[in-house]
Amino acid sequence: MEYKMQLTQEEIDILNGSKGETMAKVIKSLILYGDAFGATRFVPVSGKGHIVTSFGISILHPVFSLMDELINAGLKVDAGFTADPKPVDHANVKSNFLEKFIFDKKLYGLQAKYEGQLEKLGLESRDSFSCTCYMDEMGNIPEKGQILSWAESSAVVYANSVIGARCNRNSGIIELFGSILGKVPEFDLLTDEGRKAKWIIEVKTKELPEAQVLGSAIGMKVMEDVPFIKGLDRFLGTELDNKTKAYLKDMGAATASNGAVGLYHVENLTPEAVEQGTDIINADAKVYVIDEAELERVKNNYPNIWKKPDAKKPSVCFIGCPHLSFEQLCDWTDKFEKELNKQGKKKVKLNTIMTAAPAVLERFKKEKKDLYEKLTSFGIHLSYICPLMYMSNPLCKIKPVITNSNKLRTYTTARYFTDAEIATIAVKGGLE
Amino acid sequence: MTKVFKGRPVIAGKLESCEAVVTKNGMNTLASFQKSVLEGKKDVICSDQNNPDLYNKKINDVALCLPQSIGSTTGGMVLYTASALNVAPKAMLFPHTIDSLAAAGVILADVWTDNSIVTVDNLGDEFLDYVKDGMKITIDTDGTVTVES
Repeated sequence: MEYKMQLTQEEIDILNGSKGETMAKVIKSLILYGDAFGATRFVPVSGKGHIVTSFGISILHPVFSLMDELINAGLKVDAGFTADPKPVDHANVKSNFLEKFIFDKKLYGLQAKYEGQLEKLGLESRDSFSCTCYMDEMGNIPEKGQILSWAESSAVVYANSVIGARCNRNSGIIELFGSILGKVPEFDLLTDEGRKAKWIIEVKTKELPEAQVLGSAIGMKVMEDVPFIKGLDRFLGTELDNKTKAYLKDMGAATASNGAVGLYHVENLTPEAVEQGTDIINADAKVYVIDEAELERVKNNYPNIWKKPDAKKPSVCFIGCPHLSFEQLCDWTDKFEKELNKQGKKKVKLNTIMTAAPAVLERFKKEKKDLYEKLTSFGIHLSYICPLMYMSNPLCKIKPVITNSNKLRTYTTARYFTDAEIATIAVKGGLE
Repeated sequence: MTKVFKGRPVIAGKLESCEAVVTKNGMNTLASFQKSVLEGKKDVICSDQNNPDLYNKKINDVALCLPQSIGSTTGGMVLYTASALNVAPKAMLFPHTIDSLAAAGVILADVWTDNSIVTVDNLGDEFLDYVKDGMKITIDTDGTVTVES
């Protein structure tokens, strides 16, 4: 078969089986992937990997067979990799007997086996499960300009936009192949041209918009294109401190899930926007103006797909998709304390689960023991779970769930509410 | 009446008179396949309630005509799994260049399973305007797509 990518002799040899039949299929998959997008060559991956597939759902046995094939061929990610969060956490996320049985025996019956496969393939550690692998506590922090082979849309958009690393919006399995080969085809967001903005977003609100709604509006408008966002520096300033990074994490996750954004630039703030200014905008870029009315329009159009749409008592509240940062855990403790005081209560009435990376939770427990004890005394549960995976099954999707995550709203039946609304509802225990 | 469109074969193959299923909205692969695949059904009935064009329609063994796939980056893996389990579409047809998640899925199916999903992209906007549910699709290896109404 003829390929359009220009291959080195070493790559041709691998394709012809010099490193075994399985490795030949790995590189063939990546060559076809590159050919589909006009890549002319492979470029070396220079960071650790991150994979999206973290769940041992029994029905995905073809994926686990493929993993076995890779392991049996002696293949692994030499640089190591992290993975998305685990789907269940019985200790911190309540399940009834039936749910527990279904989770453990039916849905995620292959979880332990799959985690064993990941370790053999180069998983960094048993705590390397989070969608926010780029947090300081998790340690998979790329450098600006590094080429990555990651999946997980929220991590890819963060690495590209906030850090300035280079990664395409890869699919599960393909991202693992790139990390195993140590090379990826060069196209789209790996090129200077592919990183230019095709949209100018003019944020004209009077206050800092809710990150998750702003990201949603941008994603729905630009889909997979690169936006250049003006007007946010009025509120966020020009320094990428931890608070700003958390805002951009949540906004970016919404652009990636409500659309298919892999990279955004924020004027005077994100690295390439600071370096290149408006030169990074294509001459024919389209303009999208966002004001309060537009954000309200977007938010009001979210469908309510609860099994009982008029239900007033949600059963679960998820906060932390993508996983919360250390600072966000501290901020939420403060928000809940104020809301409880306001409503004259000691505990939240709604089963409220806040999710963060295992290492972030550990740090919070150790360094902010007082806040940790306060938060748990409010009746709030902390977990490393992936809310999306938890809800992606017939048992949980019929539950009336609320969330402040636009990603969770998009992929599940959960209803979206702003941070302020979420705190009020969780404390009150109902929508009225 | 027949109309012929010419595109780029991403996964080249031949297909005779396959029923078209059409969405004008991006297909969320995970949300669409999730329920039927999880339940081990023989047919995949689209479970994405956010996509009125596809919701509750059978999407395996058909020629799926779509602008792009959207949603979770598990999308390619889901298509690969559907293919390995024999519940994938027979063909996927795109008006513009295929997106990276769908590309990964059809490539993984082609290289790692015995079932290929014939895939043609760059068919042009007119293709998606013209094709309707139930029309018959014939595909040639050079990317020629014939639509019979």
